[in-house]
Amino acid sequence: MTEKTVLNDTHRALGARMVDFGGWDMPINYGSQIEEHHAVRNGAGMFDVSHMTVVDLHGARTRDFLRHLLANSVDKLKVHGKALYSCMLDERGGVIDDLIVYYLGEEFFRLVVNAGTRAKDLAWIERQAQAFEVQVKERPEFAMIAVQGPAARAKVLELLHEVDRSRIEKLGKFAAAAAQGPHGMPLFVARTGYTGEDGFEIIVPAEHAVALWEALAAAGVAPAGLGARDTLRLEAGMNLYGQDMDETVSPWEANLGWTIALDEGRDFIGRVALEQQKAAGVPRVMVGLVLDDKGVLRHGQKVLTANGEGEILSGSFAPTLNKAVAFARIPAGAPGEVRVDIRGREVPVRLVKYPFVRDGKPCEGI
Amino acid sequence: MSEIPGDLKFLKSHEWARVEDDGLVRVGISDHAQGQLGDLVYVELPEVGAAVKAGTGVAVVESVKAASDIYSPISGEIVEVNELLNDKPETINEDAFGEGWIFLVRPSDRAELDELLDANEYEELAENDDH
Repeated sequence: MTEKTVLNDTHRALGARMVDFGGWDMPINYGSQIEEHHAVRNGAGMFDVSHMTVVDLHGARTRDFLRHLLANSVDKLKVHGKALYSCMLDERGGVIDDLIVYYLGEEFFRLVVNAGTRAKDLAWIERQAQAFEVQVKERPEFAMIAVQGPAARAKVLELLHEVDRSRIEKLGKFAAAAAQGPHGMPLFVARTGYTGEDGFEIIVPAEHAVALWEALAAAGVAPAGLGARDTLRLEAGMNLYGQDMDETVSPWEANLGWTIALDEGRDFIGRVALEQQKAAGVPRVMVGLVLDDKGVLRHGQKVLTANGEGEILSGSFAPTLNKAVAFARIPAGAPGEVRVDIRGREVPVRLVKYPFVRDGKPCEGI
Repeated sequence: MSEIPGDLKFLKSHEWARVEDDGLVRVGISDHAQGQLGDLVYVELPEVGAAVKAGTGVAVVESVKAASDIYSPISGEIVEVNELLNDKPETINEDAFGEGWIFLVRPSDRAELDELLDANEYEELAENDDH
């Protein structure tokens, strides 16, 4: 049975093309994915991301639990509202999911996890939480709207109650705070996102989501579908769970080494496996590819290197760059000239450091 | 849905065929199909002079989202391709039944056209596709 967010009728009224997205009936676009992509890069766009799941953790030993559960260290979270990006690993060092954790009090942390992995994540978290007597509470009564783009923060700020504006305006990157939205609706405003642009992800009680969406639309924020979200996050060099990593991939192999905290004396799930893999040499690396020729790089295409075959992970036409880019996982070592097999044709590609786009502009060398 | 020109014949896979005054057959994809595909960003055109067989893939259109094979509705020889699509693939989004045509075939067996759907039959198929 397909699930629907509280904004489903709103999307349909806007003429959205709906698709099944991890068991959810979600808008892929409202007409033109490319226009929606540019709307976010150049101004402000909004995404219904209510299919993602909010999970609240309560208990005296919540911090200890998260020290054990996550590969990144929650000890970095010291200030109320501060957020951290982390992988949640299994014992073999495979990625169960990537998530954001918010520090809301010594006995209260909030997780936001992916839509497609929700059931698996919850089962895993609940199992691990038992030993720490942490209460795991899913919050389906919340919807979530991401407002992204260079004008996104200003557009949201004008809708907030005036007493909250300057405080939310000063909110640092990767931090969250409560505020009052239109008609006094209670919002949890986080300066996070998934597009490489500045902006907010707003958690709102489901009964207020339509009113918030409409207020944002009236303020000139363009509705954008999950299609644009995908090309934006690819350009910004952000991994997508299921495409760029899963349980068969370690964070080292998914270019997520920066999220692993090998802090002394912390025994997190997967640590032993990660240390072993690092000592033995990581067999595969994740790289960025640019196709200067015509064509589009796609998930699953074969990548040919001097060290053997690799595979395209996320790949797409990049609207900001007007050419195709991709992530690929290839054997470690000097790759030589790299080619991609596009329907039997071997096409040369350039290996690049990503992100491909930063602050709305192509990165150097892309 | 946009009006489907009555002089077109269709494959179930959403390609259209139009018999021109000179007997050549022009081929494209339907307005319904371009809408399903979304923003087109690349068209892999066939070679002029290539022999094609009805029902086989001869071109590829790629939208941001996916690549789709384009089948020839008729057997024969490719006599012209729409070079405009090299620089402006979005022409198919804008005018699928007109400027967005893809290739032109000199048919070897016009009788094959009788196997295709007419505009009414295709419209019914496209409508069912929407639900």
